[in-house]
Amino acid sequence: MLKYSNSEMMAIAAGRLISDGDIVFAGTGVSMLAATVAKRIYAPRAVVFFETGGIDPALDEIPMTVADLRVMSGTALNSGLIEAFSTVGHRKLHTVAFLGAAQVDKYGNLNTTCIGDYYRPEKRFSGSGGGNDVASLASGVITFMQHEKRRFVEKLDYLTSVGWYRGGSSRQELGLKRGGAMAVVTNLGLLHFHEETKEMYLAEYFPGVTVDHVQENTGFALDVSKAREAAPPTAEELAILREEVDPQGLICKPPE
Amino acid sequence: MTGCSEIAEKLFSLDQAVEKFIYDGCQLAIGGFTITRNPMALIYAIIRKGIKDLHLVCHSNGQGMDILVGAGCVKRLEIAYGGNGRYAPTCIRFRRAVETGKLEFEDYSNYQMALRFLAGSLSIPFIPTRTGLGSDLIRFEGFSKSTRNEEKVAGRKYARIDNPFSPETEEVALLPALNPDVALIHAQHVGEEGTVRIKGLTFADLEQAKAADKVIVTFEEIVSRSFIRQDPDQNSLASFFVDAYVKVPYGAHPTACFNFYDYDPGHLNLYRHMAEDDGRFEDYLAEWVYGVKSHEEYLGKVGIDMLLKIKASPGVGYAPGLDRK
Repeated sequence: MLKYSNSEMMAIAAGRLISDGDIVFAGTGVSMLAATVAKRIYAPRAVVFFETGGIDPALDEIPMTVADLRVMSGTALNSGLIEAFSTVGHRKLHTVAFLGAAQVDKYGNLNTTCIGDYYRPEKRFSGSGGGNDVASLASGVITFMQHEKRRFVEKLDYLTSVGWYRGGSSRQELGLKRGGAMAVVTNLGLLHFHEETKEMYLAEYFPGVTVDHVQENTGFALDVSKAREAAPPTAEELAILREEVDPQGLICKPPE
Repeated sequence: MTGCSEIAEKLFSLDQAVEKFIYDGCQLAIGGFTITRNPMALIYAIIRKGIKDLHLVCHSNGQGMDILVGAGCVKRLEIAYGGNGRYAPTCIRFRRAVETGKLEFEDYSNYQMALRFLAGSLSIPFIPTRTGLGSDLIRFEGFSKSTRNEEKVAGRKYARIDNPFSPETEEVALLPALNPDVALIHAQHVGEEGTVRIKGLTFADLEQAKAADKVIVTFEEIVSRSFIRQDPDQNSLASFFVDAYVKVPYGAHPTACFNFYDYDPGHLNLYRHMAEDDGRFEDYLAEWVYGVKSHEEYLGKVGIDMLLKIKASPGVGYAPGLDRK
């Protein structure tokens, strides 16, 4: 049996969600690996770009931030923030964005700002960055999370980026014409959102994980009735990830 | 400097530029993004001069923002993102200042801050956007009522209006324009006639420069009129937008400068380590900022070995194979 790490499973599970021709808005870390894996295996016509304005970089080396010189090298085009966000929200493009967060709620709303009181937080994080913007403007958002009770919460300490807002059609009613939370990928599995209610449900649990374990680590009741076991990474997926995408193991460490 | 008689009256040293244009309480925008092209040499000169009470307006000015906050130069901060990616998921002195109530701060998003600089550059008072709708960015004002009355602070954080051109209800958010007192930009090239060329991604540098009342450009290299005009499509900013030029090779270190040098991973890790502890952070400032008299002395401390290691390779614009852990 193939051995693989949690972060490798996450990158591959997220990569499988990308469709050919998608314009993929990548962050750094696992999300960038997911975008690159997707492009090399399932979606060769997908285009990877960064919020800072680099479109389709060569990515011969892994960028450490979205402003890394490696996101502006070997690109089709370099620009600035205004142009980048006009791409994310462009009416003619199907754009999929990867985000991470400290907290997520059952409607896929995200907190990347603080824990505790906004004005005097127990813990302050980086803030929105482009997160709120892509959550507002992209055709869909895939969020990476560590699956822990304190991160999957009934109520966010601060709503930085809007997913399905309060469920149903509430997102559209805000004036956000398209988009919303597509999926959440965690170290335990893959979560989707109900078509009508927009509530989160467990779609897949990773091999070796139980449904009970997922529920125990979620701070709200989760519909698990549709859950099935995810397909483990294939030899091809792992080979591409390890040999081509992150050969230095800067982000995904293979298992010991 | 020879060959730049056209901009001779605008050429300054770092200290002269700070002396002339930066003052306590001024509103400052800095170019670059996280660990790329921050005008670090100018920022160190500001810290050395002991400038206080700055009102910093940022999108994602990681390293430059963090050290200004840490050195106690900043009273008020408008910010979208305080992080340095893998080198500090949340900038440490920024985090500490917010958690201990030492800073007036207000959160926006990157696109919103870029739009606010754009509005300022267009001389319009506000600009509409869909981003932010429904979020706590709009719900929570960061600044107090008394701060709202101060110069260069918007009277409110956001407003919302219904599209006046449509019979249907269509709500958008309005953002207040920004016109900083001073913008600090680090560029790769300046022509001897003053034209500025930024290579790689420009982030919101050009909007910041055009929105600001005064603009200081530090740069790596001065080039001839014929060179800069051979391919004018590559140029970023006309000379009449710039009030001061300062030649500072490696002026963005330890952040990166496309085509010239990569970020310095060793220095960013050192900074992160020192920033974790109040006492150690003072030691960092004493050694790397207050303890050096000039940028040349600073580069001497960084050392020729490291400067050669981070030197960018032509063609890719960064340092391939650099140990970045």
